[in-house]
Amino acid sequence: MSTGLAGAGPAAAGLAIETHGLSKRFGQQTAVDAVDLAVPHGAVFGFLGPNGSGKTTTIRMLLGLAAASAGTVNLLGRQMPDEFHDVLPRVGALVEGPAFYPFLSGAANLHRLDAAGRHTVPATRKARVERALERVGLEHAARKRVHAYSLGMKQRLGIANALLSPRDLLVLDEPTNGLDPQGTREVRNLVRSLAHEGTTVFVSSHLLAEVDQMCTHAAVMSAGKLVAQGPLAELRQAGSTRLRLVTPDGGAARRVLARLGLPPAPVDGESGKPSPDGETIVAALVTSVQPPAPLPEEVVAHLVQAGVRVRGFAVERESLEDRFVALTGEGFDVAQ
Amino acid sequence: MLIAVAVKVSSAVPPGRGPAFLDRITQNGLFVAFTAMLVSVPLFMPLAVGVVAGDTIAGEASLGTLRYLLVAPAGRVRLLLVKYAGAVAFCIVAPLTIGLVGAAIGAALFPVGPVTLLSGGVIQPAEAAVRIVLIAAYIAVSLAGLSAIGLFLSTMTVVPVGAMAATVVVSVVSEVLDQLAQLEWLHPWLFSHYWLGFGDMLRQPVLWDSFAANGLLQAGYVAVFGALAYGRFVTKDVLS
Repeated sequence: MSTGLAGAGPAAAGLAIETHGLSKRFGQQTAVDAVDLAVPHGAVFGFLGPNGSGKTTTIRMLLGLAAASAGTVNLLGRQMPDEFHDVLPRVGALVEGPAFYPFLSGAANLHRLDAAGRHTVPATRKARVERALERVGLEHAARKRVHAYSLGMKQRLGIANALLSPRDLLVLDEPTNGLDPQGTREVRNLVRSLAHEGTTVFVSSHLLAEVDQMCTHAAVMSAGKLVAQGPLAELRQAGSTRLRLVTPDGGAARRVLARLGLPPAPVDGESGKPSPDGETIVAALVTSVQPPAPLPEEVVAHLVQAGVRVRGFAVERESLEDRFVALTGEGFDVAQ
Repeated sequence: MLIAVAVKVSSAVPPGRGPAFLDRITQNGLFVAFTAMLVSVPLFMPLAVGVVAGDTIAGEASLGTLRYLLVAPAGRVRLLLVKYAGAVAFCIVAPLTIGLVGAAIGAALFPVGPVTLLSGGVIQPAEAAVRIVLIAAYIAVSLAGLSAIGLFLSTMTVVPVGAMAATVVVSVVSEVLDQLAQLEWLHPWLFSHYWLGFGDMLRQPVLWDSFAANGLLQAGYVAVFGALAYGRFVTKDVLS
């Protein structure tokens, strides 16, 4: 069991989840294609991808529910699925939505699922179930039948199930599905507090804002392939940055920018938009090395020297959403 | 229960008509138990076992709880064994319940007395109760093979009704084949062949031959279909 802060434990050097060439084929179709995941210990890892990109199939293979067609899975330093007896008790999971016996109460469901594990301690079961229900705010509905639960309550119960025992790794597949804004917020806080306790959290999602707010690392799947992976800050950095300038002296500003090697974007949409303070000019801030791109402050200095009245200046990093769309493609085409 | 009440109401079943034992109910209430067990074996019991055994894995799969049991982790072999044990427990409890409820209701509605056995001997009611338990045990053993078939079929699908129906169909096919004289060579291999052989429990002394032959046959079915279920389930991708 990990204690202390992320990265402090002796296991911090290794990876919580490591896959090599992980693939899954269903007949002719390749659902997951040679995925190499590397999830560091203590990370809150966002697993992104459009619907049908192979996220859930990957998670099933991680947990040993489905056999990989090729490749290896290493969970908490152990081979899966061969050593599942040692690994799975330390892993809490919410896979593809919660599932419970509708005729039993929430607490009874948790009792049953806890009893299904071979290594759980019956003596502490009652206390652990109560604690888990409390953590997700379900203590008042514990005696109600799951049949009468709302979608969000079932989702909470699913998360409670993942928290029944102290875990080193949590795999949460779309944890905020069906939750109201407060619930989403609570899940975010819960994930943060778990990460603070040293638990590695692997969260799949298609909600970028969510990943943006709670994750330290992320990976992006597209059509079964892993197209990007790394610390969230790095992923964002990989996208282009641009500057946004508001000035009444549009013509002069454009000439200065062009001279600096920052050609302004053509006049369409945002660029060239008139505003009370003049017009808005957008230019890509290329991070080239040869010749070195000018720093933002240098750009402003050049503009001011040229007599351009700078009324607004901002450097904008590409949003995670822009980056996501750039990686996975635009539009409603679900991966084939 | 239904049988007892029906006989009580009509109260004049001519001897020799209807299922065996039925005509004797009015003379001795204990025969309600024997009759109930006799009529339940060919249809009701396979139906009930089909539902229970067919639901074992497929029911969990269709609810989605199978994946949570497996990541708990329950262990696939352990889960399969527990599920089979559950089905067998049902096979034990069901005929026992039918026998004991039958005896109780028979005792309530009709006179109870010494029971005349098939071999002509007479036993006391207490001894008859032991025989009822013996018959229940015989039926439980008889259904062990069908339970294993149901367990195997249940690992094939995520639709529990499909597995239930298939199990019941298999038992009906087996019973029909057992009726065809042309297929006599096949009969000793059908899992339903000895189902109605529990009359041997009503002889004096008890004839254990059919009990042993039945046990051996059922053990064979349990081994074969247990192995098939194991082979199927441990490699199965749980995608529900």
